[in-house]
Amino acid sequence: MIHIKENKCDFCGTCVAVCPVDAIEMAEADLKIIHETCIDCDICVWVCPIDVLESRVNPEEEEVASD
Amino acid sequence: MTEFDVVVVGGGPAGSMAAWYAAKGGARTIILEKDRDIGYPVRCGEAVSDAGLRQFVEPEPNWIAATISKIRMVSPNGTVIDTAGQALGYVLHRRIFDYDIANKAAQAGAQILTKAYVTGLRFDDGRVTGVEYDYLGEKRTLSAKIVIGADGVESRVGRWAGLRTALKLRDTESCVQFSVANVDVDPERIDFYVGHTYAPGGYLWVFPKGNGKANIGLGVVGTEAKHYKAIDLLNRFMAKEFPNASTLTMICGGVPVAKTVKKYTADGIMLTGDAARMVNPMTGGGIISGMHGGKLAGMTAAEAVEAGDYTEKFFDRYVKRWNKAGGDDHARLYRIADAVDSLSDSDLDDIAAKLTKVPQEKRSLLKIFSTAAKKRPGILIDVAKAFAGF
Repeated sequence: MIHIKENKCDFCGTCVAVCPVDAIEMAEADLKIIHETCIDCDICVWVCPIDVLESRVNPEEEEVASD
Repeated sequence: MTEFDVVVVGGGPAGSMAAWYAAKGGARTIILEKDRDIGYPVRCGEAVSDAGLRQFVEPEPNWIAATISKIRMVSPNGTVIDTAGQALGYVLHRRIFDYDIANKAAQAGAQILTKAYVTGLRFDDGRVTGVEYDYLGEKRTLSAKIVIGADGVESRVGRWAGLRTALKLRDTESCVQFSVANVDVDPERIDFYVGHTYAPGGYLWVFPKGNGKANIGLGVVGTEAKHYKAIDLLNRFMAKEFPNASTLTMICGGVPVAKTVKKYTADGIMLTGDAARMVNPMTGGGIISGMHGGKLAGMTAAEAVEAGDYTEKFFDRYVKRWNKAGGDDHARLYRIADAVDSLSDSDLDDIAAKLTKVPQEKRSLLKIFSTAAKKRPGILIDVAKAFAGF
């Protein structure tokens, strides 16, 4: 599952450009991953110039990480 | 529901040119821009060639941060190749420049709305017939005979119409740029640092902006970006080369280094600029290409409105015009860029060492590359040409 690190995104849209399944929405200052559409290919994580996105294996792990 | 002939999504140079030429041709036109400002944030190195710009507008003094007459290339081991020529180009104040191009569209009769975030397209029988958008939290719709997608590298307008615009990693540069103050740079020279050391699969640029200011940035090709983050490489470079610089603006972004997308028109819709990947694939330069594409899309839209024909078939003339104006050339540059990518850092150093033996007065960009580069000279002439035209 792709996770957006808080208060880090510059809303440049590079991740949106490379997403093969159109699973990222971006407004002026808002970025959203559409998890139902996302195929966890991780290329958005790689291409981000400032390391805003990260890949987490499953939701449980995400909960642990945010604790 | 309000009705327009042409709705342009995105108010960068491509969108403004499209709106300008659509309105000039008599079409009822509106630009919808998602951000609060036209021209800001500036996601761009801001360098542009003089000849390129003059195809469309007479350069205004207040657009120009620096006038460029020299180009420096720095190889991985630090070998410097300087070339000088006539006024080659400018580093722009995009914020002012974009405003003025949008103003030209407005003066031709186009309406412009900022804070208008397009969320989807409207269709009738498979044909695009308008857009849905949010304006300050309010959901709105506009019907249109033609939608022009000029929504930049992150374009989704084309995808909604079934056009396949997703960028491949190898065709994407992951970029970061600092606009800095208190740097000692030649105010008339743009510098390119090439090779894996500085920017794997891309290059690093230093573009002066007058009064000790400069845009300093780099791009890493998407396929390498997993291992090399643009921000880390740039911070390393700044610490080494410009430790006393102050950062006035930090910006990141993706630059397409692709061929124009295979299909960028459909019934009721045309894409242009970065959205259609109309970018010089060697340099990533997209201002002139975007303006050219936008102008052609806008002209075609006005003609379509007059003819009452909004079909993909009618938009063939846009495709033909773009191929002639830049598309064919970009396809050729793409192949060359691919070959240049295969040069290692030591190849680049070897070439640079040979070039330094050419007398300075003979270092017109084309001459040095053609006389000194034994290794794939043809390729390097094309590289030089691409950079001289930005």
